[in-house]
Amino acid sequence: MRLASVDAAALAVGLRPGMPLADARAQVGALAVVPHDPVLDQDWLDRLAQGCARYTPLVALDAPDGLILDIAGGEHLFGGEAGLVADVEMRFARLGMTLRHALGQTADAARALARYQVRPAPDEASAIRRLPVAALELEPEATTALVRAGLKTIGDLASRPMANLAARFGADAAMALRRILGDAPSPLDPRVTPPPVAAERRFAEPLGSSTHATKILAELAAEAIEELAERDKGGRHFRATFFRSDGLARTIAIETGHPTRDADLVMRLFAERMDSLADPLDPGFGFDMIRLAVPRLEALGASQLKLEGGAVKDAAIDELADRLATRLGRGRVRRLRPADTHIPEQAQLELPAIDAPAPLPWQAPEAGEPPTRPFHLFDPPQPIEVIAEVPDGPPQRFRWRRAFHAIRRYEGPERIAAEWWRRRDNGGLTRDYYRVEDAQGRRFWLFRHGLYDEKPDPRWYIHGVFA
Amino acid sequence: MHESSHPLAGLRKRIARIAASGGFESRPAEGWLASGHARFDDAIGGGLAMGRTHEFFAADALDATSAAAFAALVALRTPGKAPLIWLRTSDADKRSGHIYAPGIAELGGDPDRLLLVEAADPKMLLACANDAIRCAGSAAVIVESWGKFPLLDLTAGRRLALGARDAGTTLFMLRLNSVPTPSVAETRWSVAAAASRGLEADAPGAPAFDLELLRWRGGPAGTRWRLDWNHDEQAFVEAALSGALLPLPARRAMASHGAAAA
Repeated sequence: MRLASVDAAALAVGLRPGMPLADARAQVGALAVVPHDPVLDQDWLDRLAQGCARYTPLVALDAPDGLILDIAGGEHLFGGEAGLVADVEMRFARLGMTLRHALGQTADAARALARYQVRPAPDEASAIRRLPVAALELEPEATTALVRAGLKTIGDLASRPMANLAARFGADAAMALRRILGDAPSPLDPRVTPPPVAAERRFAEPLGSSTHATKILAELAAEAIEELAERDKGGRHFRATFFRSDGLARTIAIETGHPTRDADLVMRLFAERMDSLADPLDPGFGFDMIRLAVPRLEALGASQLKLEGGAVKDAAIDELADRLATRLGRGRVRRLRPADTHIPEQAQLELPAIDAPAPLPWQAPEAGEPPTRPFHLFDPPQPIEVIAEVPDGPPQRFRWRRAFHAIRRYEGPERIAAEWWRRRDNGGLTRDYYRVEDAQGRRFWLFRHGLYDEKPDPRWYIHGVFA
Repeated sequence: MHESSHPLAGLRKRIARIAASGGFESRPAEGWLASGHARFDDAIGGGLAMGRTHEFFAADALDATSAAAFAALVALRTPGKAPLIWLRTSDADKRSGHIYAPGIAELGGDPDRLLLVEAADPKMLLACANDAIRCAGSAAVIVESWGKFPLLDLTAGRRLALGARDAGTTLFMLRLNSVPTPSVAETRWSVAAAASRGLEADAPGAPAFDLELLRWRGGPAGTRWRLDWNHDEQAFVEAALSGALLPLPARRAMASHGAAAA
């Protein structure tokens, strides 16, 4: 077991990350150790990044412990770079985080400065030239080799021909150097892509009540919908983010089955979602910013009401589906669609109604024939005990849910083979289906799972009930 | 002046106003969901009244499919694309099985009209039902419940019925594995599976239903019917062996079918 990370006090007494735990314990008697959980760290970094979305929508994670913010063009909102840095420092200090930060012309330069700068410098260019060669993050041997050759800083390297560096340490080393110097682009991979339409409101005094926050959200919804109307679009997803003054943020999202520009509908769905939250929206020390984003847009022309009112009725049903899906969960309001397979339990898909699946044609009934598929289907099929006259013959009586059924009429077998073209092991056993009617007139769909030459003692199941 | 300010007089006035506007029962239904079987429809005044509540009790736990199918077929045989909103609890898939669209399609119904809503528990089911009935434009709302439904007391039932009447939504309460209790429903039915008319080679035939009218606001109850579903005509028809409560020998059934075909 080794130390993954140490705090300032531990550094002061000589502990270092990577040190064996036993050595550290020997060195410092009263050592407080917490198991390292990289997943939790990642989660926390992600939450911090979400909170940093208050400064800029372009926030990139620099795992395991860094965040890169593209603040170009937005720093004046916080009183310039210094004001923005002060705000970041203040919020992170409240969360108990130790912060190292740097500003740079490119993402890689800022990152190298934040992580490796040891000596102050009058300007950015000279600061970069003073960075140790370790800032290139090459292999340890390569770094040692550079230092042995007397090239201790980025500036030393930059004054040599780039081709020599590439020849000795590979093209990656040359690329890393060019990126830090700003000669090559260092693109950001932002955590969230900025939404196409967004409205936000900042408050001088944090809002202490959720009710007030909801009112502000309604105003933001009206603003966002005005923008949608100008662009002839409707929103499918709406995402409200409540930024708390302690730096954390809570996101609440809703979606609709059809593009919408109805602010009242959006607010009704938000109210529905907030009512169904397991842990309610907690203002904590207050919200100091609320943002409403519309990440998914779809074309929506100006609507015209039908004279006979058909469109209005459809809209009412769609809204009901949206509202119920918001309350119960998107997968719990479903529409049925056919799937192209003859395995009965896979022949229908239950898709979320909110995805508005396109209708597909169903198998039409044959004239004059009774239905061959049941009204209710058990998935998985339920095992039954069957008595048949001959082993591979039709069932005579069966026991299901502790009741006996004597079979009076039957039709079958309808043989459904497994999909051998999909699976290597021939896809499993063949099923022989029987449509049966018992003495009380109830109709069931039974099958024997496996032919007698496939399996010694095949089991029987009930798969469905007919009307 | 003094008279009208008296609280009792005010109440009397309100009662008079309510009585004048027609009250709960006297408002005529906007239409009927007909079964397609003329004698059956005439006997209950044209069919199942739209904008009202109808209860379907499965005669036995095993008759759940028959009750569900009867309610669904009555709603789905209406022309048009109006959706059928079907609310059930999460455990319904295990108890009575998934609603199987290929089977509905083979009965001649359009499964695209189904909007399935799965509530976690009976309380949520009732809350969602209250929302669903207030939404105009559906062919019907089916609320499926299993066993006793203590939350659905007279108050809750009346609230549902009033909501359905105001929005013009037809509400089908599908009560499986349960015994009939007093309620404000317009009609109350007991549905059971009936022996079908056998086909050649003794195969089970078209769906058959045994219906008993337990209660009807508009007239006498207690009538029994035996109906077959004919998916070609999209209608319920007289069962071929009407009145024959004893199952006939299979040979007779075959012969009669053969005669009908000839």
